[in-house]
Amino acid sequence: MAEPFRVFTSKVVPLPAENVDTDQIVPARYLKVTDKAGLADALFRDWRFDEDGSLKDPPFILDRPGMGGRGIMLVGDNFGCGSSREHAPWALTAWGVRAILSTSYADIFRSNSLKNGVLPIVVPPQVHARLWALLDEDPDAELTIDLAEEGILLPDGSTIDFRIDPFAKQMLLAGTDELGYLLSKEHEMAAWEAAHSPRIDTVAGVR
Amino acid sequence: MTFVPRSRQDSTTPDVPGPGVTIGVSEGLAQVLTAEDCYAVDPLHRHSGTPRQMPHPAPQPRTIVDKIWTDHVVTQDPGAPAVLAIDLHLIHEVTSPQAFTGLRQRGLRVRRPSQTVATADHSIPTTPRNLPMLDLQAAAQIGQLEQNCAEFGIPLHGIGSPHQGIVHVIGPQLGLTQPGMTIVCGDSHTSTHGAFGALAFGIGTSEVEMVLATQTLLQRDPKTYEVRVDGRLAPGVSSKDIILALISRIGVGGGTGHVFEYRGEAIRALTMEQRMTICNMSIEGGARAGLIAPDDTTFEYMHGRDHVPHGVGWDAAVARWRGLPTDDGAMFDKSITIDANTLEPMVTYGTNPGMGIPISAAVPAPDDEADPSARRALERALEYMDLRPGQPILGQKVDVVFVGSCTNGRISDLRLAAAALKDRRVADGVRLMVTPGSDEVKREAEREGLADIFRAAGADWRESGCSMCIAMNGDQLSPGQYAVSTSNRNFEGRQGKGGRTFLASPLTAAASAINGVVSDPRQLPGIESLAAVGGR
Repeated sequence: MAEPFRVFTSKVVPLPAENVDTDQIVPARYLKVTDKAGLADALFRDWRFDEDGSLKDPPFILDRPGMGGRGIMLVGDNFGCGSSREHAPWALTAWGVRAILSTSYADIFRSNSLKNGVLPIVVPPQVHARLWALLDEDPDAELTIDLAEEGILLPDGSTIDFRIDPFAKQMLLAGTDELGYLLSKEHEMAAWEAAHSPRIDTVAGVR
Repeated sequence: MTFVPRSRQDSTTPDVPGPGVTIGVSEGLAQVLTAEDCYAVDPLHRHSGTPRQMPHPAPQPRTIVDKIWTDHVVTQDPGAPAVLAIDLHLIHEVTSPQAFTGLRQRGLRVRRPSQTVATADHSIPTTPRNLPMLDLQAAAQIGQLEQNCAEFGIPLHGIGSPHQGIVHVIGPQLGLTQPGMTIVCGDSHTSTHGAFGALAFGIGTSEVEMVLATQTLLQRDPKTYEVRVDGRLAPGVSSKDIILALISRIGVGGGTGHVFEYRGEAIRALTMEQRMTICNMSIEGGARAGLIAPDDTTFEYMHGRDHVPHGVGWDAAVARWRGLPTDDGAMFDKSITIDANTLEPMVTYGTNPGMGIPISAAVPAPDDEADPSARRALERALEYMDLRPGQPILGQKVDVVFVGSCTNGRISDLRLAAAALKDRRVADGVRLMVTPGSDEVKREAEREGLADIFRAAGADWRESGCSMCIAMNGDQLSPGQYAVSTSNRNFEGRQGKGGRTFLASPLTAAASAINGVVSDPRQLPGIESLAAVGGR
C-alpha cells in the first residue's frame, strides 16, 4: 500500500475544464495493461500528443516548461466522470499528482483516488474562484497541503480549510488500506454469512 | 456542499497504526470520530446526525434503496463506512488483473467463487471467432483472466462459451441478476442491473480486490433521487430518449452522491430490456446506481432463467421481492419529474452525454450560455464536433452507425433496428455495424432472421462484445468521422481518436443509417407498428 500521506508543498498545474472524464485522463486503448505501472505517458494522452507521438503545439498544460514535478492540480467541476477505470488515479500518481482541487468529483473517481494516495480536495465555488485568481496572478504560487490539519497554506500565509471523509483520512495518514481493515472483520463476516445463505450460486450448472 | 469551517480537535490526535500496518484501525477511529463528524462531512450521507442503524421508534416508510442497504450491512464501526455484503460480483478482463495480483501478493484466496462470475467482453475482437486475436496485448489480458479464473475457481463465460457476452447483458440473461441483491463490477455501467430492483454499482480495481477477498465493500450509504416519469411515450420515442432527456436536464454531475429510483407510469410500462437501458446510463447522470422496483414485468422476465430459483423456491423468492418496492410516503433526498408525453427522440450534439437535445431542435449557441465555464465547454465541444451553433441536428451527415453495447445491444434493440431496416438499404458511404450484446443474443437474432435483414441491408453483422462503445478492440471511428451510436458515451475520442459521436436510440440509429444523415425515427413509414416490435 501507499506511503503515509505527509504534508507537502508544490506549485500547481491548472486545468480549467469542467466534467473532465476518465476517457480523457486515460484513453481506453491504454487499459490493456495487466499491472499498474508505466501509465504516466498515457495520462491525458490525446490532449498531449499528436497522432505521430509528438507533443502538441502549443503543448498541453502538463508539458509546458516548469510543470514537471508539480504535485497539485486545480481542475473544474465534476472531475473524473464516466468510466470506473482506476487507471485514472494510477496515471495521475505515476505522473506525480498527489492532490487535486475542485468543487466536485465523480463518485467512483473520488473513491479510487483515495485508495491510491491522491487527495481529492473539495472546495466551495468562492474558494475555487480565489484559487484561480491566485494562479492568474502568480502561476508559480506554491501551496502547502496538510491532510492531518485539513488545511491548505497559501503563499500569503492565509489558510483554506477543507474536509475529507474521516475514515479515508485515517487510511491515508497511516498509509494503510481498506482491505486490511475489512480483513480484520472476519468474525463479523463469518457471523453474517452464517445467518444469510447466499442468494446465488454461479458455480452450479448453467443449462 | 456548503463550506463548514473545521472545528479543530488538536487534543484528540488520531491513534492509528503506523505505516504498513493494515488491521485494527477501527479502535482508533472510534475514539476520535463522532457520528456527527462523519455525517456532516460526507456528501454521500443522507441523514445528517442520525446514524442509519439507530432503531426507529415507529416503522417509517422506506425506499427500496434503504431496504436493500439495511439488509446488507454486516457491521459498522462508529465513524467508519458500513461493511456491505455483496451478493454478486461480476468481473471482466480489463479491470481485474491488478486485483488478482494483489490477492497473490497478500496470499489471499477468493472468498466466494460461487458468488463471482467472469466474462471477456471489453477488448475482444468482434470479427469471426475462428480468426486469431491480432492484438497481442489484449490476448495476453484475456489469457490472464482465464488463468486467474482457473486458479481461483471462478466460473468464466469466456470466448467460445455459449454464455459469453457483455457482462451487463449476460447477468440478467442467465438469471444471475435478481431483485434485492447487491451487485458490483469493475465497470461503471453495472448500474444496468438496477432494472431488476438490485443495488448495483461500478467499482474500481482496488474494490474488486476487496470483494474478491472478502465478498464485502466499505460504503457510505447513498442519498436517493426520485426520477418520476409520468405519461406515455409516443411511437418512435424510447427508453433511451427518457434517459438522455434526464441527463440533458440535470447534467452529467446531477446525480453525484445519489442513487436514482426511476418511478411512474412511463417506467412501469417499459419492458425489462428497456428498463435496463435507462438504469445503464444512470452513471452518465452522475449517479453510481439507478434502480426500478421489481414488479410482474420483472418476475415474468426472470421466470425459468438458469440461475433463478425454481418451484417452491421461486414462489418464496417472488413473495420476498414483492416487499422491496419503496413504501408510500418514503422520503427522497431529491426529486425530478419528466413528462413522457412531451418527449421527442433525443440526440446528443456534444462531448458529454448531458449535451443532448430533442431531435427537432437546433444545436445550442455558446452566446446564449450565461455561465462562462458552460460557454467555454460548449465552444470546445462544438469545435471538436465541428458543428455550427444554431444548425439543425437533423440532416447532419453521418459516416458510421453503431448498434450495440450494454445500453442497447439486447435482442429487442436488434429487433427494432431490423424492423426499420427490413427491405431497405443502408445509405451509400455509410457503414452500419451491428454488434449483439451476447453470444445468446447473436444466436437468437440469427434464429429470428434479424441477421439476414441486417446483411441484406448492407450492414456489418458482428460477434458479441463491447466493440465500438469503448473502441479498445480495433472497432473504432477514424479521426473526423461522425457516428450515430446506441452506446452510452460521446466523450472526445471515446469511439476512436478524433471520432465524433451522436448518442441516440436504436430506432434513431436505424433511420439515420438508411438516410445517411441524422434522422427522426418518427418519419419512418409505419412507425406505430414498427415501434411495437420493441415491446409494449
